[in-house]
Amino acid sequence: MTKEEVWKALETVKDPEIHSISIVDLGMVEQVDVRDGAVSVCLLPTFLGCPALDIIRTRVEEAVKRAGASAVAIEFLRHPPWTSDRISEAGRERLKQFGIAPPPRQMPSGAWQVACPYCGAERTIMENLFGPTACRSIFYCKQCKNPFEAMKPVLTLG
Amino acid sequence: MERRDSAMSEKPMHFHPDGQEALVELLFQLADDDFLLAYRGSEWLGLAPHIEEDIAFSSISQDTMGHAAMYYQLLEDLGCGSADELAHARPASARRNAVLLERPNGPGHYLREPRYDWAFTVVRHYFYTQAKRVRLESLTKSTYAPLAEVAAKIQVELHYHLLHWHTWFVQLTNAPGEARTRMTKAIQDVAADFAGVLTLGAKGKDMVRWGLIDEEEVLTENTIAALAPAFAEVGLEWPMPFGMKHGNGRNGEHTPDLDEALATLSEVYRAVPHAVW
Repeated sequence: MTKEEVWKALETVKDPEIHSISIVDLGMVEQVDVRDGAVSVCLLPTFLGCPALDIIRTRVEEAVKRAGASAVAIEFLRHPPWTSDRISEAGRERLKQFGIAPPPRQMPSGAWQVACPYCGAERTIMENLFGPTACRSIFYCKQCKNPFEAMKPVLTLG
Repeated sequence: MERRDSAMSEKPMHFHPDGQEALVELLFQLADDDFLLAYRGSEWLGLAPHIEEDIAFSSISQDTMGHAAMYYQLLEDLGCGSADELAHARPASARRNAVLLERPNGPGHYLREPRYDWAFTVVRHYFYTQAKRVRLESLTKSTYAPLAEVAAKIQVELHYHLLHWHTWFVQLTNAPGEARTRMTKAIQDVAADFAGVLTLGAKGKDMVRWGLIDEEEVLTENTIAALAPAFAEVGLEWPMPFGMKHGNGRNGEHTPDLDEALATLSEVYRAVPHAVW
């Protein structure tokens, strides 16, 4: 089995809470190694208390085995910290398809603005810094009058 | 299924043998602080002042529980026992959390007539989050690399907690009438036990000697500097000095409230020790 095949298998593993985006597009895969058919995958946790992490681990194992690995070792790394700028361009588009605005590219000091993922309008307001999962906030679009969610910017401080 | 105590790395870790005792002590303080406050936070679920707050507060408590889990994992990596066991099975006398963080949210009980005190909760969380931010900043320079890495990761999440509690603190304290009166009382109440959060306990000097964290005095000074602008913003007197009215949790001194909290939170763990979470 080749590294490329592993990456391809990993692209089929979607975020359990955002079905349109893979863990590869989210930037959660830090490293892949293949030795004599045995695969090791190093992942970066997004939020530390995220209950999806164990589900992701199980699905990675299943996907890589299905693709032909004889053994799979999965490790969540403490370092480097996952940051929201690891999300790929394709991933940012897929978030929008799911109705979630991609995270701003800079770390804001207070509340921030994002464009509405439905109509693209900039006239939006933050309703809640926190949302249904640790990584999201809740916004409202004054243009198309839809509530929507946005990924929180998570960038290293300083 | 293979062994899956935690989602995190399971490589064995080492520190200088003579410094290990101080490191373990520090990790228990960090873990137990976050664990107990996350538990108290979770008791607000369904009871917060409005639905937006319910969502926000449960997210914050979930993050905080995740931080505690990371510290317990570091302890597991050092051979101190499994993370689940450390979180659930240790008696109150072995806990190192500050007493302020074990105090109940207010009168009543989660299941029977909870008359929780939102002012106390806001002040406790705001003060603690500032102290935690200062502590994490120091920990990112810790000589124990796994701890420094975890601290850097937690720091990013804490940024949002701080924004949240700062907003509540300022808005409630600046509101006229009952809100300001109750916030003022809550500040006195939290200050009376806040020294228990800032202290590093009996092994504090060893922690500093091994380069694990800055001196207690430096941490205290930086926490005061972090809190002071908010006091200027709301026009209140600084509530010094901080005390340890209900005891020093770093030395294992705790209140019966901790026994009750531990009995409740470990109920499932004790009934089914091998349950997969």
